[in-house]
This record gives sequence, C-alpha cells and structure tokens, in this order.
Amino acid sequence: MDVSSIAVVGIVLLIFGYGLFKRTDVSDAFCEGAKDGVKTAFELLPTLCYLMLAISMLRASGALEALVRAVSPLTEKIGFPAEVLPLAILRPVSGSGALSLLEDILNRFGADSFVGRTASVLMASTETTFYTVAVYFGAVKAKKPRKALAASLAGDLSAFMLSALAVRLIFG
Amino acid sequence: MGKLPIFLIICSTVYGVKAGTLPSVASAVTECGGAAVSLVIGLSGVMAVWGGLINIANRSGFSALLTKTAKPIICKIFKGLNYDSAALNAITMNITANLLGLGNAATPLGLKAMKLLEEEEGAADRPSKNMTLLAVINACSIQIIPTTVAAVRSGAGSKSPMEILPCVLAVSAISLSVALLAAEVLELGR
Repeated sequence: MDVSSIAVVGIVLLIFGYGLFKRTDVSDAFCEGAKDGVKTAFELLPTLCYLMLAISMLRASGALEALVRAVSPLTEKIGFPAEVLPLAILRPVSGSGALSLLEDILNRFGADSFVGRTASVLMASTETTFYTVAVYFGAVKAKKPRKALAASLAGDLSAFMLSALAVRLIFG
Repeated sequence: MGKLPIFLIICSTVYGVKAGTLPSVASAVTECGGAAVSLVIGLSGVMAVWGGLINIANRSGFSALLTKTAKPIICKIFKGLNYDSAALNAITMNITANLLGLGNAATPLGLKAMKLLEEEEGAADRPSKNMTLLAVINACSIQIIPTTVAAVRSGAGSKSPMEILPCVLAVSAISLSVALLAAEVLELGR
C-alpha cells in the first residue's frame, strides 16, 4: 500500500462520510457535479484541437527532437531529462498546450518511466503563470505586475529543477 | 496562448521543408483531431468523478469547513487586513477552491478578491503587496489532488496514475515557498 492510494481512498470516504453525516443527498450532488465535470472537459476540446494541431506538426517535423538534442548536454548536468524541457518551456505560457504535450510525452516514453513521471510532476505542480498573472492584474487599476511575475517564475523554475529530483528520490 | 500555435505551425513547416519531413507533418494535421478527442474522453471521465465528489463537499458544507480552518493561516500571509474583511473572505474562498482543484470557481473569487483589495487598500498605479501575493499564489499550483494529470496518465496506460501524488505535493509546497519568499524579497525594496 502506498501513500497516494490511501490518500485518494481516504478523501473519497471523508467526503461521503461528511455528506452522509450532514444528511446531504450525496447521489444527487455527485451526479450534478459529474455533469459539470464532463461539460468542462468537453469545453476544452476546441482549444485542445487548436494546440494539438501545432504540437503534432512540430513533433512530426522533427523540430522538437532537434531542440531536445541541442539542449540535452546542458540539462543533463542538472539531472533534468531533456525530453521534458519543451514541456517546461510551454507550461507557464499555455495550459492546454502543456496538456497536449504531456499526453504526447507519456505516450512516447511511457507514463511510468522516469521521463513520464518527471513530466507528470512538473505539469501537476505548476500553473499557467503568464496567463494567471495577466488575468489577475486585468481586474485592477494597478498595472506592471513585474514583482508578481518575477516571483511566480522563480517558483516555476524551482519546480522544474525539483520535479526530476523528487521523482529520483521517491521512485529511485 | 494567442499567436503561439501559429508560430509553432510556421516553425514546423520551415523545419519540415528543411529536414524533408513534410509528409509526416501533413499526416499529423489529419491525426491531431483524433488525438485531441481521445484526450478529452479520458479527461471527462476523471473530471466527472472528481466533479461529483467536490460537489458533495460543497453541498454538505465540507468546503465551508475547510475555508473556516484555512482562514487563520491565510490571515498570516496577507497582513494588514481586518479578520472579517470582505477581501480576506474572498481570498480564503479563492485559496480553498484552488486547493480542491476548482479552477472555474477559484478564478471569479480571486478576481473579486483583487477588486476588494483595491477598495480596502486604495487604488494605485503600483500593485499592493497583498495583490502581488494573491496573484503569486494563484500562479502556483496548490491543488491537492492532481486529477487532470492523473487522467492523462491513466489514458497513457499508467499502472498507478496517482503514484506521483507525494512528489507533486512536495514540489508544489517548495515552489510555492520559493515564489512567496521571492515576492517578500522583491517587496522589501518598496
């Protein structure tokens, strides 16, 4: 038994347990939320098609591999798999683009490989930084979110470097 | 996003002509739609299940309980705000929604919090420290259960899609600390 399995099952039990304790109509609530979940996923489809087109073409042309080959001597020094670097570059810029690229990486190298795990951890522990900061500062009069952007990118950079390290430490 | 895909398409065409891989580029155009559809089908299943669970948590008051528990901690990060202020309430709800992975609910709450911060701290040309901190927290991933990534992993044949959870939590926590620390350091020069 691993920690993540216990955590996932534990959260499911906790949510159902609390719901029943508070006499919530759990089945009705579940179905309503599930409907929203499906809707959200399918609303992503047009954007994913758009980005998948660009990323599929880029990979088929061989340009992505050429980039990986060019940077691999550099990334190997810090123990970061070069195959994940395109994802690290795309992640702060485009969420759907990163998602398409993640699927591509997992299918090519295997979801449970070192590359696949590092890509998964990187994707799950970072956000679409540029988009988020732009949206948040679009809501107020104060512009020039330089500090917010710089601090968030520092966080992203640490996540990139740590994702490979964390996978090595935990999966050996 | 914007012009990025167009830039990538131009790059692939130029590189494809140069490397002689144009036939593969052409077939990628036909195949990519199917790839996007299968990705969404995989995602919709997992998002339906977690959407259902989170909706139970919302209706039963579990999310509200989480918000109440989180507020004293969040109050320590956002200094100078009244404990009962509307801005701090909106910030807390935004952060809890992010923890639960409710991106669609978190964004409107976060934007409302930004506007409330502007009202309570006064509008200026330069963002206040609390505005910077709120944007930084939202630009870091603090989602507890990485459902979307687990869905993609599951679709790609992972034996244990959630096995990355401990790594994700550790990396998220450290990168959030780095980002917040960087924000604090940058704010010193005010």
